[in-house]
Amino acid sequence: MTIRARLQLNRADFTLDVDAQFPLRGVSAVFGASGSGKTTLLRCIAGLERAAGVLQVNGEIWQDETLFMPVHQRPLGYVFQEASLFPHLSVRANLEYGYKRIAPAARRVRLEQVVEWLGLRPLLDRRDTVKLSGGERQRVAIGRALLASPRLLLMDEPLSALDASSKQEILPYLEALHRELEIPVVYVSHALEEVARLADHLLLLEQGKLIANGPLQEVLARLDLPTAHREDAGVVVEATIAEHDDAYRMTRLTLGENSLWTGHLDPPLGTLIRVRIMARDVSISVQPPHPSSISNILKARITEMQAEGCDKVNVRLSVGQSEVVIARITRRSRDLLQLSVGMAVFAQIKSVALT
Amino acid sequence: MSASDWLALKTTLELAALTTLVLLMLGTPLAWWLASTRSRMAVVIEAVVALPLVLPPTVLGFYMLVALGPNGLIGGLMESLGLPHLAFTFTGLVLASTLYSLPFMVQPLKDAFAAVGTRMTEAAATLRASTRDSFFSIVLPLSRRGLLTAITLTFAHTLGEFGVVLMVGGNIPGQTRVLSIALYDHAESMDYAGAGLLAGGLLAASFLMLLSVYALNRRYRVVHP
Repeated sequence: MTIRARLQLNRADFTLDVDAQFPLRGVSAVFGASGSGKTTLLRCIAGLERAAGVLQVNGEIWQDETLFMPVHQRPLGYVFQEASLFPHLSVRANLEYGYKRIAPAARRVRLEQVVEWLGLRPLLDRRDTVKLSGGERQRVAIGRALLASPRLLLMDEPLSALDASSKQEILPYLEALHRELEIPVVYVSHALEEVARLADHLLLLEQGKLIANGPLQEVLARLDLPTAHREDAGVVVEATIAEHDDAYRMTRLTLGENSLWTGHLDPPLGTLIRVRIMARDVSISVQPPHPSSISNILKARITEMQAEGCDKVNVRLSVGQSEVVIARITRRSRDLLQLSVGMAVFAQIKSVALT
Repeated sequence: MSASDWLALKTTLELAALTTLVLLMLGTPLAWWLASTRSRMAVVIEAVVALPLVLPPTVLGFYMLVALGPNGLIGGLMESLGLPHLAFTFTGLVLASTLYSLPFMVQPLKDAFAAVGTRMTEAAATLRASTRDSFFSIVLPLSRRGLLTAITLTFAHTLGEFGVVLMVGGNIPGQTRVLSIALYDHAESMDYAGAGLLAGGLLAASFLMLLSVYALNRRYRVVHP
């Protein structure tokens, strides 16, 4: 269950050169700045661009030295940045376009299911697809792609053309896609927030080259990558809802053997949730701190330090058995506290962000 | 209108209809190729396609006459196959008109196909449609305005053909004598009433055809920006 891609594409002003193997399961995000080649990589996987090299999806060869499977023969779905609905067709006909072109035996979803799931029933007989809202259009586009029974769903920044409220309208579907439909997704994005929320696996691209490829949490915990230098650098961890304190409207999360208090969260006890701990929200003290308004104080050990700009330092801390957080502190604090790799310290976490 | 004028009208309509049909079949793939190719040859082909717009019809007619005649490329080939050559025949006229009206079919179609854009055909391809499938299910329906324009312009343009017909077809009643030639004959023999009838008829028909195209285009534009 893997994708193996060794692809090379030379353009006048741009070269893509990627050799990657990643799991065909869950959501694999392709992340990078604009112009890093993430969309091009996705188009090469779809066969919309003809790169040189080898592409193997779950053991099936889509492309090698002698073969190039045309786009329409690849069992994929593609959601473009712009919904790209066919303007001469109704919503229903758009949804059925790919569905009708699949052998009945190969269909794995029914129109009814997709319509129900994406809430498309009120739109079904609309003919004026150009008048749908951005969020509605993108929901139809996602449904249309799913109805082609893809064995791999490729999404090219499906939220980037939407306003904030439409984004919030679509995001829950993307999360559910992952949980309920069990279709592997390759998701291109330049928004770290989306990636942190949706992805299981992360491919980091820079100027057409792959600079990191691994589980999301591991990649985001690395200090040697551009992701660590962002303003919103930080780690993503899985935590369990352990306690609701109704008197103070707080929720306690467990993270390995550690606990974190946060503002009240809705999910019931025992729910596994994903939270982001930003580097800027973590500080370090050497002594067990005096009572403080920051209630989350974890025992930690420094495992790595890297300069951040001219005045700051990123510090990687291991907390508990296997968890990692990153703290961003000033260079002055590092010197005052005489921090060094291997030292036992206390990490104070000001807040955690629900992804 | 005299019996010979009615016959000329019939010949004209047959010629225009047949030419439009032939051009629809040849011009559509050519326009699609021009709209989607990255080949350097495309500009050359485009210039050749546009030539009848600027060339005097007699120049085109002259070359066609030579080509279709017994010693020409096409006529000679026909004769070597035991068939008659095509100069001064209705078939020859259709061939010449096809060339003469080529830009009126190809240019609107090419513009319409190009306006559909690659994103639509790419989306169709990711939904399992082959190139051929997406041409018929996506590109053609989205190009219906251009298609209508191309058909009408080609038909109307062939209707008004004179110079090429004169060179290639001559003036054989029921064969190659078309309305514009009949009109010329009337005027030559000072029959201004007969000439006026044909001229007025051609003017009205052409205007109505163009009017319907522009009206339809305007209506479509509102529905489909």
